Order: sequence, then C-alpha cells, then structure tokens
Amino acid sequence: MKNRFLKTAFATVLVAAFFASCKPKNSSNAVSGDAASKVYVAPGKYDEFYNFVSGGFSGQMSVYGLPSGRMLKVIPVFSVDPESGWGFSEETKPMLNTSHGFIPWDDAHHPEMSQTNGEVDGRWVFINGNNTPRIARVDLKRFKTAEIIELPNSAGNHSSPFITENTEYVVAGTRFGVPGDYEPGDVPINTYKENYKAHISFVKVGKEGEMDIAFQLRLPAVNFDLSHSGKGKSHGWFFFSCYNSEQANTLLEVNASQKDKDFIMAVNWKKAEEYIKAGKGKREKARYAHNYWDEKTHSAVSEMKEDVLVLDAMALKDICYMIPCPKSPHGCDVDPTGEYICGSGKLAALIPVFSFDKMQKAIANKTYEGDYNGIPVLKYDAVLHGEVQKPGLGPLHTEFDGKGNAYTTMFVSSEIVKWDIKTLKVLDRVPTYYSVGHLCVPGGDSKKPFGKYMIAYNKITKDRYLPTGPELTQSAQLYDITGDKMQLLLDFPTIGEPHYAQAAPADLIKNNGQLKFYKIEENNHPYATKGEKESKVVRNGNVVHVYMTSTRSHFAPDNIEGIRVGDEVYFHVTNLEQDWDVPHGFSIKGAKTAELLIMPGETSTLKWIPERVGTSVFYCTDFCSALHQEMQGYIRVSPKGSTIPLTYSVGTNTPATK
Amino acid sequence: MNKLSLLVVVFALFISCGKSKSDSGEDFSVPTKSEEVAPTEASAYDPNRGEGKHTNVELGATLDQAMAANGEKVSSVKCTSCHKMTDERLVGPGWKGVTERRKPEWIMNFITNPDPMIDKDPELQAQLELCLVRMPNQSLNDTEAREILEYMRKNDGVK
Repeated sequence: MKNRFLKTAFATVLVAAFFASCKPKNSSNAVSGDAASKVYVAPGKYDEFYNFVSGGFSGQMSVYGLPSGRMLKVIPVFSVDPESGWGFSEETKPMLNTSHGFIPWDDAHHPEMSQTNGEVDGRWVFINGNNTPRIARVDLKRFKTAEIIELPNSAGNHSSPFITENTEYVVAGTRFGVPGDYEPGDVPINTYKENYKAHISFVKVGKEGEMDIAFQLRLPAVNFDLSHSGKGKSHGWFFFSCYNSEQANTLLEVNASQKDKDFIMAVNWKKAEEYIKAGKGKREKARYAHNYWDEKTHSAVSEMKEDVLVLDAMALKDICYMIPCPKSPHGCDVDPTGEYICGSGKLAALIPVFSFDKMQKAIANKTYEGDYNGIPVLKYDAVLHGEVQKPGLGPLHTEFDGKGNAYTTMFVSSEIVKWDIKTLKVLDRVPTYYSVGHLCVPGGDSKKPFGKYMIAYNKITKDRYLPTGPELTQSAQLYDITGDKMQLLLDFPTIGEPHYAQAAPADLIKNNGQLKFYKIEENNHPYATKGEKESKVVRNGNVVHVYMTSTRSHFAPDNIEGIRVGDEVYFHVTNLEQDWDVPHGFSIKGAKTAELLIMPGETSTLKWIPERVGTSVFYCTDFCSALHQEMQGYIRVSPKGSTIPLTYSVGTNTPATK
Repeated sequence: MNKLSLLVVVFALFISCGKSKSDSGEDFSVPTKSEEVAPTEASAYDPNRGEGKHTNVELGATLDQAMAANGEKVSSVKCTSCHKMTDERLVGPGWKGVTERRKPEWIMNFITNPDPMIDKDPELQAQLELCLVRMPNQSLNDTEAREILEYMRKNDGVK
C-alpha cells in the first residue's frame, strides 16, 4: 500500500517536472498588472516606434507601430499585390523580372535598415528574397520598393541582406551549395564535394541607394545561414555562420549534423577590395536582373546584367578565416562595440562568444588548427571570449540593448534569455508563446541600440488566439526591457511567418522628408495626362492608348466608343489630386489583371484586352468623396473590324434624341 | 404597500435613467466636431478675408495678360476638372462672377488653405451641402494662386 502510494507520488512529480520543464509557465503568470497601460496608444495618437517585420512566405514586408502592435501597412516587395496593382500594372511588372522571367512570389526573411556610422538612419530598409535569390530596397520616404537586384551563383539567399556600418555594402550568401552559373551544373548530385561551390555577394550601395554587385567570393560548398558586419573596431569585417561543413547532399537533418563544430566565417572585405583593385578578380559569365523604380516616370526599369566579378577566396588565403563554432550555428550577431561575435549553435547547449581582438591576434600569429578546403581554420580556444553555459535549448538569435546586455532566443525551450556580454552570466529569462525564432530590439544590431522594447517573433501560436482552422495566425510578442526583469506586455498577430524585424523611433522616419503626394509638374510618365483638356484616346493599329485623368469624383474621358474585340487597350490613369491621402482606384470589368491604386499626382497603367462584344464598365475602387459611387464610366466594345469611329468624352455625350 | 414600494422603485429607475441622459448635456442632433476646431477660433473667423496667410492682395487696374495666361495653364491641370468657366456647377461651382462675389484675399486664402476655411466659413459650409465634395488642397504655391486669381479676373471680363 505504502509502496503504491510512493510510486504514484513519484510518477506525479515526474510528470509535473516534465511539464514544467517543457511547457512555459502559463501566460497569466507572465503578464503583470500595468502591461495594458504600457501598450495603450490613445485614439489619434502616434506610436513611438516603427517596426518593419518580414512577411516571410507572403514575400512582403509589414509595418507596425510600437508599443500598440497596430499594423500600419503591408509594403509589397517580392509578391504581386492585387490591392495596389503591384506586379499587375504595366509600370510595376518589371520590378518582379528575373533571369527566369516574371516571378510573382518569394519568401522574404530579413529586413535590415540602412545605417550611417553604425546608427540606424531611417533612409531605407533592405530585405532578402530567399527562393529566387534577390535583395530589395524599400524607400522609407515613400514606403515603396524602389529596387530589386537578383543574385547569380546562388540558391536560397538566406544570410542576407545585412549591411556594413555606413551601408557601403549589403551582403548575400547562398544557403545551398550549388555549382556556379558559370560552371557545369548538369552533374550527378553525389559529386557535390567535387562540383559544388558556394558564393557570397558584396553588393555596393550608392548614395541614392542604388545597388550593384561589386564582387562575389567563391567558397567551399557549405550552407551559409546568417551574417552580420563588424562595427567600430571590427568595421571592415563581415561574419557569416555556416552549417553543413560535412558537405552532405541528402538527408541533411542527419548528415549535416555529424560534426561537433561547424564555422563562423570571418571575411576581411577590405582585403577583398584590395585584391579586386589589384586585378585578382575574374569576370564570370552570369545573368541576373537589376530592377529599379524611376520616380520621374513612375515606372520600373529592368535591365539584365551579363557578368559578375568573382574572387576565389580558397586560393587567396587571407580574405576568409573559419572560426569553429558548435553545432550548426544559426544566428551570427555582433555586439554594439564590435568586439563580441555571438554564434548560436542551434543544436548546442551553450552560446559561444568570440572576441574580435583575440581573432586578430590568432590571425597574426597564425594560430590555426588546419584548413577547410583551402580556408584557414582558427583555433577555437584562441578566438573564444567565453561560453554562456546552459542558457536554454536551441539558441537562435541575439540582439543587444547597448547597456552591455544580450538577449538570445531559445527555440526549443520557448524563451528569451538575457545575459551579460562580458561576464557571460544569465541575468533573466522570460517565456515566449511559442517556439521563438527571431527577436528585435529597436536598433538592436547597430552601434547604438534604442532599447526600451524587445519583440519576439514566434513560429507557433497554438492556443494563443481564436482558432482559425488548421492554419493559425503568426505572431509577435512585445516585452518591456527597461528594468532588470523583462516584462511581457502584448501579443499581436503578423502576416506570413515573421522572421527578422527591425524597429526605429518614429521621429527618425516620419521626419525624414516623407512624400505626401507626387507633384504633378514633376510627373514625367510618357503617358501622363496633366489636366482634363489633355485627356484623349489614341488608336495605333490594334493598340489603343487611353490618356485618362481622375479627380474627385469623375474620370475623363468616361464615355469611350469604337473599341474592338482583341484590341490591346492601355488605360494610363493620372490622378490629378495634389493632396495627401487621396488615392483613386481604377478597375475594369473582366480585366485579367487587378485594380490600379493611383497615388495623388501619379500615373499608372492597366492593360485590358476586350474579349466580348458589348458594353464594359469601369469605376473608382477607393472611396474618395461623397460622390465616389458616381465615379464610373462606360466603354462600348464592337466586333473586330467594326467601323464605329473612336470617340471619347466626359460630360458632353448627352442623351440621344430621336 | 408592497405593490406601492415596487412602483416607487420602478419609477425611481425611470427617473434615474432619464436624469443621467439629460445630465450628460450632449445634444446628438448636432454633428460631432473634431477636437482641433475650437469654437473661439470660429468666432474669430473673418468671412471677408477668409483664413490664411493672405491679408492684402494688390490688384492691378488692368489685367496682367501674362499672369492670366499662366493661371489658365495651372488651372487646367489643377482646377478645371471640377470648375467650369461659366456659372454652371460641375463638381464645384462655376467660376463666372467669383471675383465680384469674393474679395481677392478670400479667394487666395481659400485656394491655398481650403480645409480650415471649409470648417469655419458659413457660406462654404452651405456650399458643401450642395456639392458634397470638399475642395481639395491642390498644393498651389503663392505665385500659382495669384495667377489663377488673375485668370479668374479675365474670365470675369477685366481687360
């Protein structure tokens, strides 16, 4: 009897212990009384921070206000967006052009804000396209994607688009080892070790943000995962985490997890620049698209580039160095001083922190433990500042508050751990709900973090929100980090799967000279219609150009006759409004594109090929005034070869009399 | 007695409901005002001059042809989608006679600063009830506004 009792008790304790260790504490324990007041932003008041969040597999980037967690905008980047006509209007289609042709989707992971002198400057946000490797630049005066560059010799652009401290470069790395585009690719997959390589790209960023691939480094075929640049004393260096140093080509889950240590690769990019100057680079054949938005013509331009400069980092011994890092490192984060480099071995039970000074010494003294496919491997102990012991399970990413603290996400144990960078002591831990991936502290990867808040981006939200069938919302969680203890304040849903995010004080962005409308005088769109007097319809063979204007609340022209089945009709709609927040929409029955959403002073084009004889209609989709519902027009469509003359008008086509 | 007390309670309930409503002092037949428009400002409004930076607009004895021509160009881009040159209303009222009805300062202020004036000017509010579309701010600079005024004068027969 006693025995049985003991057994039961023991089992109960065991089960309880199991649950306690695997499941975070109940959320009611985690939220304290004043959380609501800390996130309440009164109606009509602004948030304190902008938060730029990756849209993950939506391909877009979302913008939230903090601390309220209110969504302000989804900026279309890599995926078509019927709501704004992105990828559907004639002007925006070239933005999604690639060497594979027009691609309507991608997987966007890491927003990275531009910096000057290591500080967030509020000009642009870069974001990577993971699937068809690309980098986009979003202009923060317009909250619009201004440029997209494709990356050759790459597959899976994951370790991107991190930047150097004056935005000299934005980087990209291949997640897959693959044969370069200039090498034979039609090779047996099991010749991976022999035929596969990895390339990382240094993309130069110009004064106006314009991107151009300066050079690529040719490297052993590992999987590059994440990266961050050096800063301050380590400016001139870049750090990339890499896994699959086993160079497995199948069942990576097992085969790429064999070794105790993979690497963080340190790149001396100033050295690479010297080699480029000395003519050591080789122009290799490549094909990649460079697309940019022309503000004057309100149109995207896509150009195809035909070669890329490649430096062989395996042959040139002093560009790259491998730092051994346990086990399959993921996050690769550099503290605000530039001295400490944190690798997060996602399968390791500790966080190794490397010292830049020690690394410099080890390189000078050639303290190598060997080489990896021609790249020197530094001795772990010679470079190590120390290890954070037992931080939690599955460390992924680290951000900093500028007060000497680091915050690391623990995917497996669903928590964020605060620790002291110098002493490596764990100071505090908070649960996340659940399986946190990335995190963000405003300015948290720069030289000058703004601190105050920390946001966790979670992979799983089971039981946190009203259920919505098999797929549940993605989510973020906001924490106050001003005190010694981190305090959970708020949950808010996000789009796609949120990966990385960045945040900056609202003033930095709202006072950056934001555009309120496009000046109609500066509109150089070739089909702009500046005033109703200029509106017209022009036929050229079977191509018809409609020069149309929109204003509250009518289109000019709004009666068009003489259109024939099979015509290629281009509606070039110019929004004549010159006031903030007055877009007009334009949609046409049966058009196989999407609506146009035309900003004040802008011209956009919708292409339509009428297929049916009859009367078609168009209307404004964005409620613009009390007479919005009157903002509509008619198009008469006649059969092919019809002799009905082309006519158009607004307000003058009075009822026919018998 | 019991019934009586029940009645009293019910009565008191009704009274308290009615009372709380009248206590709130809100009159829901009047449209809600936005916070920025303080009533004192409205009383300070000058219906002859309007509200804006223009306090004294000098008009020439004769028409400045060049200015009027520029004014016509600017208005064809920014104004005439909604305003006819006749006295016929399109989206907004026709321009015929506007320079006789309004002081030049009022016109200059209204076309460069429409929103605050629509909020305060009784005649503009009456106009809004007819047109139902608030005249948008078309971001005219001072020169453009003055040129448009000259074009309006030309339209009204000034030589």
